[in-house]
Amino acid sequence: MTISEAQLRDRVRELLAAHPIASTPREAFLEARFDAGLAWVHFPEELGGLGLPRTQQAVVDAELEAAGAPDNDPRRIGIGLGMAAPTVLTYGTEEQKRRWLRPLWLGEEVWCQLFSEPGAGSDLAALGTRAVRDGDTWVVNGQKVWTSNAHNARWAILIARTDPEQPKHRGITYFVCDMTDPGVEVRPLRQITGEAEFNEVFLSDVRIPDAHRLGEVGDGWRVAQTTLMNERVAIGGMRLPREGGVIGPVVEAWRERPELRTHDLHQDLLKLWVEAEVARLTGERLRQQLVAGQPGPEGSGMKLGFARLNQRISGLELELLGEDGLSYEDWTMTRPEIVDFTGRDAGYRYLRAKGNSIEGGTSEVLLNIVAERVLGLPSEPRTDKDVAWKDLAR
Amino acid sequence: MEGPGQVSTSVDLLYSETEDELRSVVRDVLTDHCTAAAVLARIETDEPHDRELWKTLATEMGLAGLLVPEKLGGQGATHREAAVVLEELGRAVAPVPYLSSAVVVTEMLLGCPAQQPQVGAQLAELASGRQVGALVVPFTTAPHAPYARVRRSSDGLLHGTVTAVADAAGADLLYVATDDALYTLAADQGGVTVTPRTSLDLTRPLADVTLDGARGGEPISEDPDSAVRRGLRAGAALLASEQLGVADWCLTETVAYTRDRHQFNRPVGSFQALKHRLAELWLETVNARAAARNAADALATESAEAPLAASLAQAYCSPVAVHAAEEALQLHGGIGMTWEHPVHLYLKRAKADAVGLGSAGRHREAIAGLVDLRAP
Repeated sequence: MTISEAQLRDRVRELLAAHPIASTPREAFLEARFDAGLAWVHFPEELGGLGLPRTQQAVVDAELEAAGAPDNDPRRIGIGLGMAAPTVLTYGTEEQKRRWLRPLWLGEEVWCQLFSEPGAGSDLAALGTRAVRDGDTWVVNGQKVWTSNAHNARWAILIARTDPEQPKHRGITYFVCDMTDPGVEVRPLRQITGEAEFNEVFLSDVRIPDAHRLGEVGDGWRVAQTTLMNERVAIGGMRLPREGGVIGPVVEAWRERPELRTHDLHQDLLKLWVEAEVARLTGERLRQQLVAGQPGPEGSGMKLGFARLNQRISGLELELLGEDGLSYEDWTMTRPEIVDFTGRDAGYRYLRAKGNSIEGGTSEVLLNIVAERVLGLPSEPRTDKDVAWKDLAR
Repeated sequence: MEGPGQVSTSVDLLYSETEDELRSVVRDVLTDHCTAAAVLARIETDEPHDRELWKTLATEMGLAGLLVPEKLGGQGATHREAAVVLEELGRAVAPVPYLSSAVVVTEMLLGCPAQQPQVGAQLAELASGRQVGALVVPFTTAPHAPYARVRRSSDGLLHGTVTAVADAAGADLLYVATDDALYTLAADQGGVTVTPRTSLDLTRPLADVTLDGARGGEPISEDPDSAVRRGLRAGAALLASEQLGVADWCLTETVAYTRDRHQFNRPVGSFQALKHRLAELWLETVNARAAARNAADALATESAEAPLAASLAQAYCSPVAVHAAEEALQLHGGIGMTWEHPVHLYLKRAKADAVGLGSAGRHREAIAGLVDLRAP
């Protein structure tokens, strides 16, 4: 299906006319938007979309924003929108798609991701959470970690080992796990910022119906690639104005508080300003390539650059602020729903940015990926490639 | 004037189809006529430039006239196309005075009053590649910094010495500024002495220019400042594309070499220590491309942000080209230290370019003023 931008705008206006924002409750408006195919236009009809190119979503978003329409609070349900939804769409059965996508988009059901384990970080495919078949259900035991939103989530995307006799990539299966199952225990994982943005999740005899499997048995690694690719796009792909992101508070402090300035910090600040602005241009260039239908390998590097810059800039900020940099707003253990870099103080930014080069692929692993997939350099020796998972050293 | 927070969204950072075609034509010519062996061999001669190559690129292909409007004898193209040519010239460390003559001097002349009849005639000569021009200021001069001027004595003759002028050796026309005018001199006229220096960069030779009673004739402009700065700014903005080309060659060549070179019974490029260094370099070249394209596009569209875009590109691309060349040398091991291998040509060009038209530090100073990040 193709429709013009004007037709798409008309559709949005029809929605707004039938459901005036002033008199329509938020939930009812979101439901009407979903049913009009204006939730995510690149999804199929009946599933909140119109089967249009993804880029046309911007037309809808701009119209709705101009009209002051409520949104589905995308930051609260980012994992569902960014990772679970594309995976369900790609690998789910018709019934699964109908069951999960609507409440996911509406924000009625929050999703989380059960991938990383204490023993499987960079080497995610070595994961050891076991799923054993028992008739029409699977019985799952194991421990997951770094799970944001687990304590609010209704559903989780989960990868577990279903065949330990196979080499590690081949014996994994992808499931959707009900987080209300009595065998699911969620414990906050306090991090260096003092808060618990993430959780540890312990799975003890959790029962998952086979109907909640995504993709074939043993094909979970391939299914997970869809999820992970969308994760890296989400982490590196935010569009920022000049001086957006963590450079913003630093330049503001520099301009407003001349007493803090030193020559040494001035040199560092100018270097970082240049790098941040060039990184922003690189992001912009990447988006232009995507719009022009010429996606290049440049995207692989965005997250690496972003992590490094965030760390260096927030480090400089702490030093610039002197005495103020030595205070910390609050060490109380809280469980925030979203990560907000700019709404917090310098100490938080400095500490939280340390995670940027670890989450979603460590910088060291990403450098290997660039070297091998972009530059074509030889791969790392893979001694575990043809060994049954059960025989791997751990 | 826009504040530092606002950004124009109309910047085009990609290459158009025409630009891609131009690149491929220029690369073909350079592959045939500007091999590393040829560049090395020419260095042993006294010729400052490769005249045959210049004739092919400038005259036959019309590349020297890209920035000159068609009615003045040029191609009427933009800085975006000139930037693509410079990327390719950088990749080949081509010993031709393109940046000096077809960018800096040409742009400077475009900034002179059009009613001066010599200006149009000189633009046509430069655009055709029949003559080569050089602006007589040290190659190190940043667009926003004070620049060298000569003295006009009461008898109207010009006096003074300007050191380290890029491409003055081999130029036909020399452009000198006094405090209140800009003059064109013929390189071979009386009172003009051009003394080649032994230059670090063997492919962009420097020379000292001494005027001892040279006759300046009619000035081409009585506002030397705006014209000279315009020329230097375009030079700095587009030098970033040359630096990108240098970095790109260094990366591509080093990746190929480390895949091929075996030690310890495996390609040296399979060692993670080397892979990570090359991946880092790739990230830098990706960023450099965005910065260089931004600078070229800002000039082409006459954006109010052109000065910022030029300094941003210089502040970023200068160290990237040097880093790429230094990494290329190290990762080539012993062969990279030999005269026979071309990597030293790129190192010398990269290091000279980093100092040329304002160092990265000078451009960061300019940025500090442009975006209101003042020194203590």
